[in-house]
Amino acid sequence: MTATKAPTEPPVQRTVRRPGDRIFAGSAKGSGIFILIVLAGVAAFLISEALPALTAPADEIPGGEGLTAYIAPLILGTLLGAVLALIVATPLAVGIALFITYYAPRRVAAVLGYVVDLLAAIPSVVYGFWGLAVVAPRMVPFHEWAADNLSFLPFFAGPASTSGRTMFTVGLVLAVMILPIISAISREVFSQAPALHREAALALGATRWEMIRMAVLPYGKSGVIAGAMLGLGRALGETMAVAIILSGGAGATLNLISNSNPSTIASNIALRFPEATGLGVNTLIASGLVLFVITLVVNMLARWVVNRRADFSGAN
Amino acid sequence: MAKRIDVSDLNIYYTNFLAVEGVNVSIEPRSITALIGPSGCGKSTFLRSLNRMHEVIPGARVEGKVVIDGQDLYGSDVDPVNVRRQIGMVFQRPNPFPTMSIYDNVVAGVRLNSTRMKKSEMDDLVETSLKGANLWNEVKDRLSRPGSGLSGGQQQRLCIARAIAVEPEVLLMDEPCSALDPISTLAIEDLMMELKDRFTIVIVTHNMQQAARVSEATGFFNLNGVGQPGRLIEFNPTEKIFSNPDQKATEDYISGRFG
Amino acid sequence: MSTETPLAPIGSTSAASPGPVQTQRRLPRFAAAGLFLAGVAVGALLSALTGFSLALTVLYGVVLGTLAVYAVSRQVEGRRKATDRLVTSLVSTAFAIAMVPLLSLVYTVLDRGLARLDASFFTNSMFRVVGEGGGAYHAIVGTVLITALTTLIAVPIGLLTAIYLVEYGTGRLKKAITFFVDVMTGIPSIVAGLFAFALFTLLFGNDVRLGLMGSVALAVLMIPVVVRSCEEVLKLVPNELREAAYALGVPKWRTVVKVVLPTAIAGLGTGITLAVARVIGETAPLLITVGLITGTNFNPFEGRMATLPVFAYYQLTQPGTATQAFIDRAWTAALVLIMLVMGLNVVARLISRLFAPKTGR
Repeated sequence: MTATKAPTEPPVQRTVRRPGDRIFAGSAKGSGIFILIVLAGVAAFLISEALPALTAPADEIPGGEGLTAYIAPLILGTLLGAVLALIVATPLAVGIALFITYYAPRRVAAVLGYVVDLLAAIPSVVYGFWGLAVVAPRMVPFHEWAADNLSFLPFFAGPASTSGRTMFTVGLVLAVMILPIISAISREVFSQAPALHREAALALGATRWEMIRMAVLPYGKSGVIAGAMLGLGRALGETMAVAIILSGGAGATLNLISNSNPSTIASNIALRFPEATGLGVNTLIASGLVLFVITLVVNMLARWVVNRRADFSGAN
Repeated sequence: MAKRIDVSDLNIYYTNFLAVEGVNVSIEPRSITALIGPSGCGKSTFLRSLNRMHEVIPGARVEGKVVIDGQDLYGSDVDPVNVRRQIGMVFQRPNPFPTMSIYDNVVAGVRLNSTRMKKSEMDDLVETSLKGANLWNEVKDRLSRPGSGLSGGQQQRLCIARAIAVEPEVLLMDEPCSALDPISTLAIEDLMMELKDRFTIVIVTHNMQQAARVSEATGFFNLNGVGQPGRLIEFNPTEKIFSNPDQKATEDYISGRFG
Repeated sequence: MSTETPLAPIGSTSAASPGPVQTQRRLPRFAAAGLFLAGVAVGALLSALTGFSLALTVLYGVVLGTLAVYAVSRQVEGRRKATDRLVTSLVSTAFAIAMVPLLSLVYTVLDRGLARLDASFFTNSMFRVVGEGGGAYHAIVGTVLITALTTLIAVPIGLLTAIYLVEYGTGRLKKAITFFVDVMTGIPSIVAGLFAFALFTLLFGNDVRLGLMGSVALAVLMIPVVVRSCEEVLKLVPNELREAAYALGVPKWRTVVKVVLPTAIAGLGTGITLAVARVIGETAPLLITVGLITGTNFNPFEGRMATLPVFAYYQLTQPGTATQAFIDRAWTAALVLIMLVMGLNVVARLISRLFAPKTGR
């Protein structure tokens, strides 16, 4: 073990650098740092514009009961829609990912993947149109059925909406919107499951499903979780689809199928911002700040899960 | 044109890991010098330190001197880019630029440095370089085709043409034939014999017959164990290395009684 | 356990032999399909009895078909194989379910949007139009200008950052940038809009509305997408090419500009086009930063502008006197928007095919 380590910190070797190199490397690095500044700027500017609402007396906030009372139902609505979307979308997305990676014939798998990705390319305002015109009316019978048969659950307490423009419909449309995100990431991790393990499972006489359960799912679990959280982040921040579909009411309620739904933070901003003035603007920005923090936490958790997986996967 | 290389007390580090230790050697101009030794013994690292290519890897650094015709390559005011213009390099796997034609690949060194050159001069340069690399007759009708469409051996000669087009003084070759078939290998070896009149050539090879065939002098690198630095065990005329080496380790390696 | 289901020798999977039961106890291929269809038929019957509806037919059919296959397979082939078949049909059903919204959405938008997809939609603005007629010329101009400006802001920053991450970045700064770029991809679009609003309000005072504001907001959304896709593509450029250039005495920055970028140009073009497609349909940030006008504004540095998504939104949600005309325009705008996005996707594919370096491999 002698002499394998230099005894002291290596002296920094000064090398000659050309001006072209210095300028180019500098501008590349500058761009990277600029992005960090922008992100910090997003937080800083939101805080500075939200500040008046944070310090204003309660009765000047729209609604007249203070900022917390204004934002709390919106947070509830945001979480309600996003979690419903997540519950619907995650199993479907995992199924789609498995279908594309291990069930579909190899030749069409790439095309099918592309088709699913098309779902992600459709602008959210178009999802709103579709949700309003197609999904909401078709959901009315289910709303009635749920109000008749499932009203013992707080989510289906009723009375059923006759338009279908409810949190339930919103959750379904959001589920469709986040489906491609979750399935794309699940697909990636499933296809990366080590071939050795898969072949070992098959060599033991496992059926395809047993192979997936033994070799693919354990490997892809954290990827699915991360994908689901990224999808959750997207659903939390989704604006236009919710703004168009939901017939926003007031009040905090868990009821998914009635006309009085709590709105979501993002759609509330989109609906009220164009006409807002003075402290109303600051209040909306304050609610946006809350949304920013929530999505930031969700996304950071998701990335943390993804990165931890990357460390263990041995790839690269 | 060709120049002499004097290396004294060269230590090469990757961050804190000493990869090659205490190399002292003089490489003669207009000759082929071969470097042989087992995998991981630092011969490629040493080769790359001769034109400061190892600096591409973050954390790599050297101590000691590499002097070409009185100029220390590692002097504080030396630009590594200029060093590489004087000392060309050919790599293990042929790496023509995939976006460029055969023609553009040959003049890449000139073009990428934006040196102004007339079209006719450029044409001449392409012809002489390709002729110098024994490739002209095979590709003169398809100079505008992509370089990646050639066979492996042709690609490697294209890379040699590209390296000699910038008119370096020294040509470093890092296992230039290890990815090639025997016939292509022979073509490259013939080419090296021709090139040594104009350039100082240093070649790393795993193939001892190759070293014996082409080189005037041979250096044997070895290391005592995993995690130990590589050392230049012996440097002698090729004939002596292969018939009557000074060191026992060299003899063991040459005769296949290694390890 | 394994004695319960002897493994079928290879080759016995062919459905050539007749009869539902083989000595290897495997269902022939058509049996599974037939059982499934039988289940669907019963399902259709059931739904016909309870008042026919297409959705219920499909629902009953799929459930019963799956159960039929499972039950028979369990009898004939054993529990393990039956579970395998059950999962196969579940997974296939999941995919089929995902296709329903896509088809339904495309059909709906086509069905309702074609009504106003005429020349006047592309040549007229809404200036002094209160009822029928009018078009989205002004909104298309606005969308193109704002998106172009966004691209102009986001691509240099995004590409340079990607170059930094791949070619220069080391240590903590690289890690921090990678992490926060990832986090930035998750910023809700409305928050990006609020950021641009807050920034310009602080700079220029209240009630400012500019096309540029929208571009800044969209750039916040686009930059991380550009960084990620360009980074992935640059990583694919083989290190050997960089080394080849260095060995010719080419400085690093020229190597990047003249060797690495040209080699990666197809992937970069694809990535950037997809990033444009991602932001061109954004509505929420434009709603609060650019607003909407009825006339055509060519200057993104002065006053409000109309954009296609915002135009569509207001046409649908705030129809004027001739309600149907507004709703028709809204759907046509949605159709044009989808065509733009799909067109960009196609362009992205073409770029990756046409500009890919012609390697001999």
